[in-house]
Amino acid sequence: MSVTFLGNGPAITIQDLGRPNQIAAGLSRGGAMDQLALLEAAALLQSPSVLPALEIAGFGGAFKIETQTRIALTGSPMAASLEGLPLAWNHTHMIPAGATLQLGACRSGSYGYLTFAGGIKSPPHLGSQSAHLMAGIGAALAPGERIEINQDPDPDAAQMALATEPRFDGGILHVVAGPQTDLFDEATQTAFFSAEFTKSNRANRQGVGLDHPSLKFGTDLAAGLASDFIMQGDIQQTGDGVPYVLMAECQTMGGYPRIGTVVPQDLPKLAQAQPGTRFIFKLVSRAQAEALAKTEAEQLKALRAKVTTVVRNPADMSDLLSYQLISGVTAGHDPEG
Amino acid sequence: MSTHAPDSPVILPLGLTALIVRFGLKAGPDLTAAVKAFVADLERDPIAGVTEIACSLTTVMVSFDGGSSVRDKTTKALQERLSRRHWTSVASPDPMRRWTIPVAFGEAFGPDLTKAARAACLSEKDAITDLCSQDVDVLTLGFAPGQAYLGFLKDHWNIPRMEAINPSVPAGALILAIRQLIVFTNENPTGWHHVGQSGFLPFSLERAEPILLRAGDALRFTPVPPAEMTSILADNPDGLGQAKLEVLR
Repeated sequence: MSVTFLGNGPAITIQDLGRPNQIAAGLSRGGAMDQLALLEAAALLQSPSVLPALEIAGFGGAFKIETQTRIALTGSPMAASLEGLPLAWNHTHMIPAGATLQLGACRSGSYGYLTFAGGIKSPPHLGSQSAHLMAGIGAALAPGERIEINQDPDPDAAQMALATEPRFDGGILHVVAGPQTDLFDEATQTAFFSAEFTKSNRANRQGVGLDHPSLKFGTDLAAGLASDFIMQGDIQQTGDGVPYVLMAECQTMGGYPRIGTVVPQDLPKLAQAQPGTRFIFKLVSRAQAEALAKTEAEQLKALRAKVTTVVRNPADMSDLLSYQLISGVTAGHDPEG
Repeated sequence: MSTHAPDSPVILPLGLTALIVRFGLKAGPDLTAAVKAFVADLERDPIAGVTEIACSLTTVMVSFDGGSSVRDKTTKALQERLSRRHWTSVASPDPMRRWTIPVAFGEAFGPDLTKAARAACLSEKDAITDLCSQDVDVLTLGFAPGQAYLGFLKDHWNIPRMEAINPSVPAGALILAIRQLIVFTNENPTGWHHVGQSGFLPFSLERAEPILLRAGDALRFTPVPPAEMTSILADNPDGLGQAKLEVLR
């Protein structure tokens, strides 16, 4: 049971929720840039847990799928087609054996996710299948490369859809103060938390730069600081006084001062925005941030409640045999239940 | 809650699910000894709800599972631990193991040796002798998987990072700044001085034991001529670069 990457985008990797609790070894968590997209896929495919998916940055790609399986398409919407027929985003789809799935460039956002109902079969390293390119774990898919997938556990399941919250247009990034916030004087903090930034081109799985047309946000107290812990979401001010938010594949320690930490639930918004998208950092108390915070289990539960069964009109379907129409109606899955 | 040159350790929140105990802002042997002793204490007698403990040169990070009530409880428990003893006057424990690692210094294998030796007011020859005449301890692992900050070198090696970033230093490179050494795990840019090259790869998924170095390890470097390093690198299936390991206690 395999899928062959026929080629296109240069930055397609296997991603799950990463490797927590490896900081003492010097390894950051890594995992999908938009972890919400993995939770959405799990809800759509009615999987009890998050499945490792293909994270597809920017360009899309073509995939020959050798085995019949359901898939979910989540994250940044891409022009998707199966043997030339368009496929809806944020939906599950049944792919017949031997079909070619074509994903185009991101329409909005930066990372699309292709999840197979049975998950991807690849050797875990330290409890995760995620590629962590900065650490030298795994690699981007090369054209012609085959990956193995597991059997779809429920091929008769109905087609499902999910109406998602928009997260591709920038906006407010909620920030909590960190151990080094006080190294920045009050005037700098005030200016920083009222300035409007744009996402820069300096963005990858390691971090995202933000630009401001005129202001710099430095501190004189940075010189000679011992390297200290850095985490995902930290807003690091490098030597030139420009903010750089650390993302999935950040280093675990660094010497540059950090003005605060973007809360986890806003990171998908920052990861997904295209260059030029506008953002404002808003300082909130830890209590406010905690009120917003949801665990993965809570998020998954909420998403499951929002998933709906797609009822199709047979007249709209050009190839009835490629759809599990009857079982879709009769399988009796009640997503609200 | 002043963060400017604290006299005593402070506990500060990091993100929503971690706390750091900061013993100081600038690195030094007394703070590193305090950090190591405090981590050892937390590992020997764990605090309930703590999911992860890690240390930098000057801080200990404690992650927990749960919200503000767990943070409050953990903060209280950490405060109680801090008050048990004067952590910055703890003596550094003796190393448990010692690695002896062949290194070729200077020229193509260490293009910044000249600059670093000059900054330390030593001839290149004396610099190599000096760097190979002392053990350096694993101070902490960080930045990249399995990569160790090693130190502390003598005071004359308190030299700043270079002004220009070296765009690419290979895995196994020995780099130096601010009284510390690092054996690089992966080809990456650095602002530290590239003084030598080993065949010692601290992180490799090809090995049964991907991470070689750990707290309690000491390292000593043995100078070898460039030709010998070339042959070590040419035949290095285990990524140990002919390093030897002694268990000391």
